[in-house]
Amino acid sequence: MASTVGVIYSSINEENVPELTKVRSMGSIPYGGRYRMVDFALSNMVNSGITTVGMITKNNYQSLMDHLGTGKYWDLARKEGGLILLPPYSGETETLYKNRLEALKGATAFLKKAKEDFVVLADSDAIYKLDYSKVIDFHIKNNADITMVYHEHETKKSHYYMTFETEKDGKITEIEINSAKGGVKKNYINVMVARTSFILRIIQDAIQHGYISFGRDILSPGVKTYNLYGYKLEGYYASITSLSSYFDANMALLDKKVRSEVFGDRDVYTKVNDSSPAKIAEGAIVKNSLISDGCLIEGTIENCVLFRGVKIGKGAVVKNCIIMTDNIIGENCNLAYVISDKNSVIRDNRTLAGCEIQPYFVNKGSLI
Amino acid sequence: MLRKKECVAMLLAGGQGSRLYALTSNIAKPAVSFGAKYRIIDFPLSNCINSGIDTVGVLTQYQPLVLNEYVGNGQPWDLDRTFGGVHILSPYEAKTDTSWYKGTANAIYQNIRFMKMYDPEYVLILSGDHIYKMDYDKMLQAHKAANADCTIACMQVPFEEASRFGILNTNPDGTIYEFEEKPAKPKSNLASMGIYIFTASKLFKYLEEDDKDPNSEKDFGKNILPNMLNKGERMYSYRFEGYWKDVGTISSLWEANMDLLGVVPNFELSDREHEIHSRSPLAPPAFVEGEIVNSIVATGCEAEGRIVNSVIGTDCVIEKGAEVCDSVLMGNITVRAGAKINYAIIDEDVTIGEKAIVGAPITEAKKVTGKTNGITVLGRGINVKKNGKISAGEIVDKDV
Repeated sequence: MASTVGVIYSSINEENVPELTKVRSMGSIPYGGRYRMVDFALSNMVNSGITTVGMITKNNYQSLMDHLGTGKYWDLARKEGGLILLPPYSGETETLYKNRLEALKGATAFLKKAKEDFVVLADSDAIYKLDYSKVIDFHIKNNADITMVYHEHETKKSHYYMTFETEKDGKITEIEINSAKGGVKKNYINVMVARTSFILRIIQDAIQHGYISFGRDILSPGVKTYNLYGYKLEGYYASITSLSSYFDANMALLDKKVRSEVFGDRDVYTKVNDSSPAKIAEGAIVKNSLISDGCLIEGTIENCVLFRGVKIGKGAVVKNCIIMTDNIIGENCNLAYVISDKNSVIRDNRTLAGCEIQPYFVNKGSLI
Repeated sequence: MLRKKECVAMLLAGGQGSRLYALTSNIAKPAVSFGAKYRIIDFPLSNCINSGIDTVGVLTQYQPLVLNEYVGNGQPWDLDRTFGGVHILSPYEAKTDTSWYKGTANAIYQNIRFMKMYDPEYVLILSGDHIYKMDYDKMLQAHKAANADCTIACMQVPFEEASRFGILNTNPDGTIYEFEEKPAKPKSNLASMGIYIFTASKLFKYLEEDDKDPNSEKDFGKNILPNMLNKGERMYSYRFEGYWKDVGTISSLWEANMDLLGVVPNFELSDREHEIHSRSPLAPPAFVEGEIVNSIVATGCEAEGRIVNSVIGTDCVIEKGAEVCDSVLMGNITVRAGAKINYAIIDEDVTIGEKAIVGAPITEAKKVTGKTNGITVLGRGINVKKNGKISAGEIVDKDV
């Protein structure tokens, strides 16, 4: 494949899920029992043959750093390239970046140093599988300036920042920002491909003209001046745009088809922990659930995603819940539609309930 | 930088493990799967790193492919070091004398230069066929405190089993006055666990002498230890209390797996103070939908059948209507709908066809006499066809 460098925004759209990002960045939101959101974009890059990845961070990135380490679990602990953290970079007069463009400005030095011809920019708030090298082939074939990846699906009221229209060959003819209308649309998933030199030029341009927004100031008017193409992502796609979409994206894994599409090839990499395998005790009842290493289940669970090291006490009934790492659910508890963040303890006999569209959220480290 | 290690561990991993039959046809015993996600060698390697020993030589000889691939650069055990770390030591060709490892002592002797590279004060000798958690550093401290030349870890075993082990006869102060290898009439029930700490200079001296002795069998238990005792070296016993199991036979391997089950198991693996590290697979959490009773299920499983008192390894698929009882499934095994598995150990990459019957319910199977005492054993990579039947106690290593 063409030589490509990757850039991941690990800290974008965090305002959508304040509960989960209070203590961490978007990229380090736990997902699916043992993963973090950043694993998907990062694994996609590695599986596309990309060996140099810059990770743009903002604040609260301790948990992200802890997760990524040297990048060895993604095979990115390299002498040449590998995983490179790009913490906020600012001069005396500047503050932390406020948008995508400013964030990218901070990555200029990284991109200038990169010898790779192409760059893939991706967010870390979505679950999907995509071979970016195919996007680059498409990009080269069409002689595009920027190729933007979209997923076509129906939304009630578009929560996607950008949607667009394309010609048959993928050429983008119109970009709409913050569309109020719902319906089946080509929703931009914030993954783009361009030549590294082109991206550097855009950044330089943006600095000179005082541009703020990638979408409003560059891409939207760019329909006329640049050669913009849309690449269609096929298959499963879910993004974390609210607490209920986070809930749905986890529950989607209980569907065999989704599970095999996302994990069937066993190539979603993540930090490895050495918890012992899950134990289901005598008297426990387990239905339609995902159970991670280190779990000990003595009660009843149904339609749940349990992260590592979760203990479910005797007589407890836990249904439609996402229980994160090292939670202890006491005896005879009754939980329904609960998302319990890491390290929380629910004491014996408690009842907690949310509903499908509004799950009850338990903060990290709570004692209830 | 410090070009010296206080203690170097040498792990004897070359054994064929012939009493595990089909399970070791193509792999060395230390590479055999255990406890759903581990391999036997994870235990000594984890014990080393948890005891602060970061230099380990792994001596391989028999079918080392899977073992070499598994140990790799040692990263899963934090044994990837710039100085030290884990090293695979195979027999090699030398200018004057080329040979396979001829015995435990000869294997260590052939790697004397490896040990000397680290200029150690002490050498820890381990074997790769036991399941246990042990802090070797405590044993090392005891060795140093006693100013011993050799310390042998031991534990009490039932008298009726004592003749299977090397037995230590000790004085009240812990010194050893006699060493009997598998005695018919044991005088004590203090069994050697095959874990030795030597003061390095003494070990090198006795290994070199032993190599020149044409009558020696080049074995620690038969030659080195008795020789040291005869010459009046300071030999100490070190009492270990806790779980320790030799998994050299089919029934002991089955038992050790079963010892993991239960809320308060005989052998606890979820102890974060002494974590057992392994090369963890890249699989999503287990999907469970079905009747599961008192069992362990590893990541990547799709468990939709009935599973009772069993250990289910990584990436196993138990289809709806299938039944697995009192069994050990090692990894990447598919059990099709309607199949029944009872009292069996099934090696990796096996497929059990629809409605096939493997083994017999435990109470019946235990009446079967034979090499495995009624446990049915299926070797790596085999297929059992639809409606196939394998009787209790059979050992199968090709498709049926």
